[in-house]
Amino acid sequence: MEDKVVLTMRGITMTFPGVKALDHVDFTLRKGEIHALMGENGAGKSTLIKCLTGVHDFEFGEIRVDGIEEPIRNHSTMDAQRRGISTVYQEVNLCPNLSVAENLFIGREPLTKAHTIDRKAIVKRAQKLAEEFELNLDVQQTMGSYSLALQQMIAIARAVDMDCKILILDEPTSSLDDNEVSKLFTLMRRLRDQGVGIIFVTHFLEQVYEVCDRITVLRNGQLVGEYPVTALPRVKLIAAMMGKDIDDLAKIKPEACENRCGDMLIDAKGLGHTGKIKPFDLNIRQGEVVGLTGLLGSGRSELARVIYGADRPQTGTLKVKDKPAHVARPIDAMKLGMGMLPDDRKAEGIIDDLSIRENIILAMQAQQGMLKLIPYKEQCEIADKYIALLDIKTASRETPLKQLSGGNQQKVIIARWLATNPDFLILDEPTRGIDIGTKTEIQKLIIKLAEEGKSILFISSEIEEMLRTCNRLAVLRDGEKVGELSGDMTQESVMHAIAGGEKG
Amino acid sequence: MKQIRKITKMRLFLPIFSMVLVMAINMIYDVANGNVFYNFFTISIRNGLLYGRLIDILNRGSEAAILAIGMTLVVSSSAGVDISVGSVMSLAGGMCCMLLAGFGNANVSQYAMPLWVGLLAGLAVACLCGAFNGFLVSYLNIQPMVATLILFSAGRAIGLLMCNSTIVYIREPSFQFLGGYLGPIPTPIIVAILCITVMSLILKYTALGMYVQSVGINAKAARIAGYQSRRIIFTTFVICGLLAGIAGLVATSRIYSADTNNIGLNFELDAILAVALGGNSLGGGKFRLSGSIIGAYTIQAITTTLYALGVSSAQAPVFKAVIVILIVTIQSPAVKAVMAKRAAAKEVAARKGAVGV
Repeated sequence: MEDKVVLTMRGITMTFPGVKALDHVDFTLRKGEIHALMGENGAGKSTLIKCLTGVHDFEFGEIRVDGIEEPIRNHSTMDAQRRGISTVYQEVNLCPNLSVAENLFIGREPLTKAHTIDRKAIVKRAQKLAEEFELNLDVQQTMGSYSLALQQMIAIARAVDMDCKILILDEPTSSLDDNEVSKLFTLMRRLRDQGVGIIFVTHFLEQVYEVCDRITVLRNGQLVGEYPVTALPRVKLIAAMMGKDIDDLAKIKPEACENRCGDMLIDAKGLGHTGKIKPFDLNIRQGEVVGLTGLLGSGRSELARVIYGADRPQTGTLKVKDKPAHVARPIDAMKLGMGMLPDDRKAEGIIDDLSIRENIILAMQAQQGMLKLIPYKEQCEIADKYIALLDIKTASRETPLKQLSGGNQQKVIIARWLATNPDFLILDEPTRGIDIGTKTEIQKLIIKLAEEGKSILFISSEIEEMLRTCNRLAVLRDGEKVGELSGDMTQESVMHAIAGGEKG
Repeated sequence: MKQIRKITKMRLFLPIFSMVLVMAINMIYDVANGNVFYNFFTISIRNGLLYGRLIDILNRGSEAAILAIGMTLVVSSSAGVDISVGSVMSLAGGMCCMLLAGFGNANVSQYAMPLWVGLLAGLAVACLCGAFNGFLVSYLNIQPMVATLILFSAGRAIGLLMCNSTIVYIREPSFQFLGGYLGPIPTPIIVAILCITVMSLILKYTALGMYVQSVGINAKAARIAGYQSRRIIFTTFVICGLLAGIAGLVATSRIYSADTNNIGLNFELDAILAVALGGNSLGGGKFRLSGSIIGAYTIQAITTTLYALGVSSAQAPVFKAVIVILIVTIQSPAVKAVMAKRAAAKEVAARKGAVGV
């Protein structure tokens, strides 16, 4: 068994300022296997890959590759390629303006006797390579004229032709359709049979069970374990990825919806956005808290974004308070009384150079329009009110938002939406990366808002948290809404729902 | 020491510091030449008109200051620059003169149509230019520098075509008013003050500043919060075009002719420099209008000082270039990081010293 191992990583440790990204992680890859590397966002998958390919310089640990005596340490992806480790990323990083042939041999062009690039040889060898991989294409066309799937296969062909023993596929299927995925899998299986060790990083569970031989699970920078696919059914995989965090949060439980909830507020029928979320139906009553659950990349955020108009819906209709509503952009949704706290606080939430006061009144000002500036005095009153209400820890209301901690920044964004007094609030991962005290406060706030008759669409990776706050859960898998749960929900039943049909 | 650091951290430190530096050089030069040290600041009245180096700077700096207002908004919202403002100035002047002289006439002493029609047409064509730039940048997502490059090169040519490829002179005294004097005060100064006041009032009493800054700092977040970033960027370019038009009319009136090849030549550089010198990041986001305006006048002060020192107008741009390099370097993230590191190291050393004692 051991002689078939092509890669061993032992005790890999890597710290970023303030975070231990990898903590003594082991990883073993055997010859001729497809090995899935699984874990939620921030689990350390990409960091591990980057340590292997020389993008990051790890602190402790050793990496051994079959055929090389010494432990290796790559300092660049070029280093890694020389040692037979190639990576194909989700975003194909070849040059779309060059021909397929040129892309295949970029950086290693065959030379003529006069030391110029031998273009004929490039084309000839590229054609041979294309035939070998059964790629039906003209190697002299530009890369950009082919579909993303083909480009990815070309990238793989390039990697394999460079004598690679270890092929890393980092989320290669995210932007492919089913047909293209199956083509890719055929290719992967063929390479496996030729003895290439393949590391496959993906968020899609189905695909893991379809093509992989073995699974390694990471969580919070630590190794959870390595399992043969047959020994790890879906539910167990999800449990391994999420962990069963036992937190001692106070038991908060929402009142049942039946008596309390009011009229229908949001009624979406067949809303969808190609490539992001398949058409779905969803309705939410006044005062109801609906949770969206599913693995990361399952389309949770995308569903919320389509309702809010952050991504323009391409199909379906939306009714708000029984009236047909046309939501093409966020401001339209805001005028209908919606608000959204996006999951990526840094990229889409905070305006970091502006003060806390300005960040809080931001959405309110947008509703009022450019010409009606909220008087400075009123701005201060609003800011002070929410700083006190949400207990935002800051030196003053004029402090730039970037100087606050993550949790307090999040509270400022929540304040921004509370200030607009919305009927419907979308909270996408409001508690991510926030200390436990603030987490509880936010959960309590959600329940309080619901009691005031506001409807909330709540997205969180922590099932516990959803169970505590939601009246109803919508389950998503692979970009599709696959069901709803209500009544007595347990962590177990939710995980089963997320995992879907048991095949393994 | 701490107080000095506090002062240097103020946003308006750089523009005010540069201004003071230029004045100091002037004073030293004056003293060296046997004049009183406040020679630079003396304002006298000759023939009923204000006269003095300070007045000269304020007068000559008017166009740059007017341009700097619009440029500040463009830089803040789009993180890019509008390099077409100089050409737009010339185009606005050309349009105005063509209408007032009648097409094909190169030298007139009587208007072919009322003055206000010409002025309004000049401003209208400038707004149109701004809208064109804004459309390219915000709706077609073209980089501002590249988008405005089109009018940078074409604007002057169109102006020249309008003027039948000659310099159109308008020798009607009322046409010289914008570039002349109102009582004892040069009119350009008054126009500049008016533009600055209006924009300050707009910023104070509408949410324009907040809209522009939010979009400039984080367009995605601003969109989620209900701001239509495209419309806002478009608006800033139109405002920038309008102001370029005003500056163009002033410059045209000064020489009572549409010299399309020379009006506003290299003014885009002064306007951009004014924004940077004003302590505003060319990377967009937060801005200070006052900084840009001080910056604009500082540049004029530098130019005037260079001339006073005997540097020829051909050589002056070299000195300006050196100043630009200095400012951009000081503002660069690399230098800022080094300074921050040094400050941190000093603090650590100071703490260690304290513990040691």
